[in-house]
Amino acid sequence: MTGGSGRGARRPARVRPYSLTGGRTRSGHVLLVETFVASLEPADGPVDGPGDPVPTGTPGTRMLPEIRAIIELCRRMRSVAEVSAMLKIPLGVVRVLLSDLADQGKIRVYGTGRGPGQPDRALLERVLVGLRRL
Amino acid sequence: MDFADSETMTVTPPHVSEIPGAGIPGTEEKLQNWQIDRSRAPIATKIVIAGGFGVGKTTFVGSVSEITPLQTEALMTQASEDVDDLGATPEKLTTTVAMDFGRITLESDLVLYLFGTPGQQRFWFMWDDLMRGAIGAVVMADTRRLEDSFPALDYFESLGLPYVVAVNHFEGTPLYGPDDVRDALSVSPGIPVVTMDARQRVTVVDALLALVGHAVDVSPE
Ligand SMILES: Nc1nc2c(ncn2[C@@H]2O[C@H](COP(=O)(O)OP(=O)(O)OP(=O)(O)O)[C@@H](O)[C@H]2O)c(=O)[nH]1
Ligand SMILES: [Mg+2]
Repeated sequence: MTGGSGRGARRPARVRPYSLTGGRTRSGHVLLVETFVASLEPADGPVDGPGDPVPTGTPGTRMLPEIRAIIELCRRMRSVAEVSAMLKIPLGVVRVLLSDLADQGKIRVYGTGRGPGQPDRALLERVLVGLRRL
Repeated sequence: MDFADSETMTVTPPHVSEIPGAGIPGTEEKLQNWQIDRSRAPIATKIVIAGGFGVGKTTFVGSVSEITPLQTEALMTQASEDVDDLGATPEKLTTTVAMDFGRITLESDLVLYLFGTPGQQRFWFMWDDLMRGAIGAVVMADTRRLEDSFPALDYFESLGLPYVVAVNHFEGTPLYGPDDVRDALSVSPGIPVVTMDARQRVTVVDALLALVGHAVDVSPE
């Protein structure tokens, strides 16, 4: 961009998205902002069950606080956006962490409960009825 | 964002004990039944609230949300080859874009999320991700600065996504009729234009009803 006077004044030419993959993470989980996830741990059980430690010496060790926080928070059903907002972890990072946790069998990805693409007419009608009742 | 980018992996969230309500029953806003029952999840739907800077998007979301609106951040990495004056500093630049959202449990198994788009209009791609599977968008307009709504209108028009125009009327400003606004915005006759006050729940619900009704009208079959 021309005419910029240093980093502060210059408008970025183009910014790359964190996802151009339709919400699909590398390991194939579709994690849209509204996708529901929850922990597979019991509601009041330990976050790290016996025989199920996060291996030491792997990148997982460094991630432990975030991972523990996610598993703890997801003892309730949460959307991806809620996990990101409540733990103050950027969306893109949360999607990677959730995807890894799903691969490890620690969280379950429930999805959105609707097909891909635009919601169908029947679902729209249900939303309409729900809004009218507010 | 490059998933392998170590930069993005060093974000330190607060510890669980510092997070209000995190996993601690009773400290959170009223829990919905679907949040407790992990055997099945409700259906998730979403609507995007768009419009220019300061038009009232956050107020709109807060007026109908059952939770205090939450804010989420997306960390964007700008590829250096796309930035022409980086010169000797080839490292990637990151930008944070904040987006706020609220939630309405419509039925025990049906939840609606409302996402307020970030004001910065250059982050179109973020909208692409957000719009995937959305019911549609409410484009808010302020009659003092109608032109601020043009980018959002153009965006939803080009995507062919259902949208309505919601004129957020600030008291003390001239009140124009929906047809005047439609003309000024060159919005086609098929697009609903409603006047509302983002602080008044009932008018916010009406704006949402206008959108979903319109989405039904244009949906196939
Ligand atoms: N009088 C009046 N004030 C309003 C109305 N809606 C919003 N406001 C006020 O306008 C200001 C901006 O509203 P926000 O809801 O923060 O607007 P926004 O679109 O989220 O703003 P950005 O996220 O910064 O783009 C706030 O001070 C609101 O209280 C309205 O209908 N009438
Ligand atoms: Mg706002």
